[in-house]
Amino acid sequence: MNPLELTRARPGPARTVTFDGRPLEALPGQTVAAALWAAGVTSWRSTRDTGRPRGVFCGIGVCFDCLVTVNDRPNQRACLVPVHPGDVIRSQRGTGRDDG
Amino acid sequence: MVGAACALYAARAGLDVRVVDRGPVAGGTTGAGEGNLLVSDKEPGPELELALLSARLWAELAEEPGTAMEYEPKGGLVVASTPGALAALRDFTAGQRTAGVTAVPVGADRLRELEPHLAPGMAGGVHYPQDAQVMPALAAARLLRASGARTHLGHTVTGVLRTADGTVYGVRTDRGDIHAPAVVNAAGTWGGELAALAGVRLPVLPRRGFVLVTEPLPRMIRHKVYAADYVADVASDSAALRTSPVVEGTAAGPVLIGATRERVGFDRSLSLPAVRALAAGAIALFPFLERIRALRTYAGFRPYLPDHLPAIGPDPRAPGLFHACGHEGAGIGLAPGTGRLIAQALTGGAPELDPVPFRPERFDTDGGDAR
Amino acid sequence: MAERPRLAVVGAGPAGLAAALTAAARGVQVVLVDAADQAGGQFYRQPAAALGARRPRALHHQWRTWERLRAGLERHREAGRITALTDHHVWCVARDPASGAFGVHALRGPAQDEGTVVRADAVLLATGGYERVLPFPGWTLPGVVTAGGAQAMLKGGLVLPGRTAVVAGTGPLLLPVATGLAAAGARVAALVESAGPAALLRRAPALAAQPGKLAEGAGYAARLLRHGVRVLPRSAVVAAHGTGRLDAVTVAALDRDGTLRPGGTRRIRCDTLAVGHGMLPHTDLAETLGCTLSGTSVRVDAEQRTDVPGVWAAGEATGVGGAALALAEGHIAGGSAAARLHGTATDPRRWAAAARARTRLREFATALDAVYAPPAGWADRVPDDTVVCRCEEVTAGEVRGAVELLGAGDLRTVKLLSRAGMGWCQGRMCAPAVAGLTGCPLTAGRRPLARPVPLGVLAGLPDTNAGLPDTDPGLPDTDPGLPVTDTGRAMADAGHPVTDTGLPSADAGPPETGVDRPDTDGDRLGPDTKRPGADPVPPETD
Repeated sequence: MNPLELTRARPGPARTVTFDGRPLEALPGQTVAAALWAAGVTSWRSTRDTGRPRGVFCGIGVCFDCLVTVNDRPNQRACLVPVHPGDVIRSQRGTGRDDG
Repeated sequence: MVGAACALYAARAGLDVRVVDRGPVAGGTTGAGEGNLLVSDKEPGPELELALLSARLWAELAEEPGTAMEYEPKGGLVVASTPGALAALRDFTAGQRTAGVTAVPVGADRLRELEPHLAPGMAGGVHYPQDAQVMPALAAARLLRASGARTHLGHTVTGVLRTADGTVYGVRTDRGDIHAPAVVNAAGTWGGELAALAGVRLPVLPRRGFVLVTEPLPRMIRHKVYAADYVADVASDSAALRTSPVVEGTAAGPVLIGATRERVGFDRSLSLPAVRALAAGAIALFPFLERIRALRTYAGFRPYLPDHLPAIGPDPRAPGLFHACGHEGAGIGLAPGTGRLIAQALTGGAPELDPVPFRPERFDTDGGDAR
Repeated sequence: MAERPRLAVVGAGPAGLAAALTAAARGVQVVLVDAADQAGGQFYRQPAAALGARRPRALHHQWRTWERLRAGLERHREAGRITALTDHHVWCVARDPASGAFGVHALRGPAQDEGTVVRADAVLLATGGYERVLPFPGWTLPGVVTAGGAQAMLKGGLVLPGRTAVVAGTGPLLLPVATGLAAAGARVAALVESAGPAALLRRAPALAAQPGKLAEGAGYAARLLRHGVRVLPRSAVVAAHGTGRLDAVTVAALDRDGTLRPGGTRRIRCDTLAVGHGMLPHTDLAETLGCTLSGTSVRVDAEQRTDVPGVWAAGEATGVGGAALALAEGHIAGGSAAARLHGTATDPRRWAAAARARTRLREFATALDAVYAPPAGWADRVPDDTVVCRCEEVTAGEVRGAVELLGAGDLRTVKLLSRAGMGWCQGRMCAPAVAGLTGCPLTAGRRPLARPVPLGVLAGLPDTNAGLPDTDPGLPDTDPGLPVTDTGRAMADAGHPVTDTGLPSADAGPPETGVDRPDTDGDRLGPDTKRPGADPVPPETD
């Protein structure tokens, strides 16, 4: 059983995005975080002070732990932003502005 | 902040010091401050002298162990957008230089060497290497701790104890009396209320300021940067909203944008025109900020006196009462100098600066209120 | 034709939907503003439409209530009585003191970089809540998520965070999270609940007054059993382990007084920990409007009015109590707002059933709060080197030092002296922990910007007190459904996500929340209690 089977989902065709340069299949409607989870990725940010990995925590846009760079725009909340075909998703370090 | 500095220098002068505050440390205006240690915005005169003394003392304090307070001698950069503003700024700096301020003219072509992200097309500017910054709450807490003074935090002063002949001998708090031959009023914006408890008048009034704080960034803004019209706003007597923001990066990451000046009493509610003006002013200086997000905004209340000078020193109307308040928006910067002057007054030492312009009773004798 | 009074409802969860439907049915023009791309809130969070889920109810409870809400919303939208603005993240609601009008300031789109302002005559705050998580070593590891977060990602994105999950903490949310993850194919290695059976027994009278809720609990128990989920009551996760991501947790047994039972620890391998310790209300918008708060909740009267004229509040924002309570409160608030906006007297008899339900459900919530309190002494067990503020990476030791060494005495000063709460989330995540560690009372923070706002949007605000445009763009002749003005950067698209231009029909029939029914039907407010222990996934009938 998986969530798609459980809900009898018939998603449209997957779209290809890239995560840190490697191609990834994402389902339409999924957020960046959901697409990354589906691909087995659970962290995509390292913290400013200690460089520790982070990913989704609250899942509803409150905690800002899941910040990610999408199409060169840093500090997007992966749990809110939907994937679009061809999105260039990058993990980010520090403030997300090339300071890591 | 001023209270902590007074405690520090009084204790170092050998006095036994108690600090009473109705809130926690840095609970008043200090906690809402930006930590500007500015000489650049002051015209020649007593406040500038106090600022220069304080700037030297801040540099000394920052060297002491156990005083980590994010002190950064980052320097200030005042920019003028038009040739006219630049000419006025250059005139202003000429006077400052004779008073001992280091003010280095910066041509339009060199502005972006100092601030690479500054908006293009500025007429020129002036670099003030003596301007610096601290994290004010941390500075107050560290100095208070370094003073060794016993603290009574969360205790509200409800009265000033005076003998039959009017001499002050301590304070009454909601948790008991504290006896002392000298009481220093460092109540900031509420300094007028404390003075009233001692039966004397000190017309301290609040002047509200909003500060905007952005998301954490790498160091993209290196100095305290502001437009030349900021100085006119600081000196203004207008009650209306005035904004010419000081924009600066911080060691912790966020950019601080402050601050508006409005006389609206103790109204803490959000003013959208104020944050709008701050944001617009900051973007005019640094266009990249347009896409940067503000995480929070908060208001503080500067304690201002009608002639824009603080009240520092003994109050002849109430022997034993000393004032150290009314620094308007410069209380963090002027705190060490104020503490030093208070300690000298408390111990009968020779004052390092002429204390006359700061006399607390000047508003009675000079009719200064009416101005 | 006179313009209908306009009510902005912020939040399209159960409270906001109930309020919107009730007010719309009573002749109010409603603008329903919500951050998500579909209505439902957290409780009825829907899978993205493009995922084509034909049976989303498999992840939900009380689905029939949702169907009624959804149908009501559709009908009112088609009739032009409700304008639903999705993907609108409200960052401030401002009131113009002169006119009493409100400006609801929002950021549009998931990237939240375009400003817009919605004008309204009154505002109803149904802003919901978010999860409280108390720290323990390892809680920042990837793979550790909030219980509600795991559920949200499952409901909305149809994804699981891993293969083997432990669900831990305390509170009624843990049960549906554990059963939901298990039903969706995760192996749930344990449900770790710090409350014990004795705590439930002590509150038995208050809980027994809600037979539906007990039956609901029994239903969960059956499902846990069916999925083979081990339940560890009176236990807590005291550490999460892993390098780079979670690979195990340490679970400790607690004594009756909340202390660790010596030798009572075990290690459980897992790649996911879904953890939560109850909920906190979103009160930022209310606080900035000047509404009085009571503790961490917005204070309201019997009609769900705040003490600021023209501002109502309902649902978790006024005190956490679950979806059924939110529906009742929303219904009352919507009815009160409609009456007041029409300038007619309010008639509490119109919502008598909802008021009775509200009383019962609030009592129930109070009892649950007592049962599901964090275990005594949790704060003392947080080591000094554990990060408490996730954004600014402030440790428990630094937080303690702000009080013990530097003289902080409240949450604000702890923040100033330690940076705990100064980061992206503005202390929403760490405030309960900081309060527990320092002994400072947990108070609602002051956050005039309820969300991060691009400076360009702030700079583009109209220069008026409430941030309202000088001219009202929502002229009824031209644009009845568009009380909306862009702020901030100019935008190319003229199309708002608003389709309705029709005038209100004569049909202002009863609201569809079911809460106006006689009390005997009061369970329609509550969970679906008719099938306790039944298959949680009824077969599709279509």
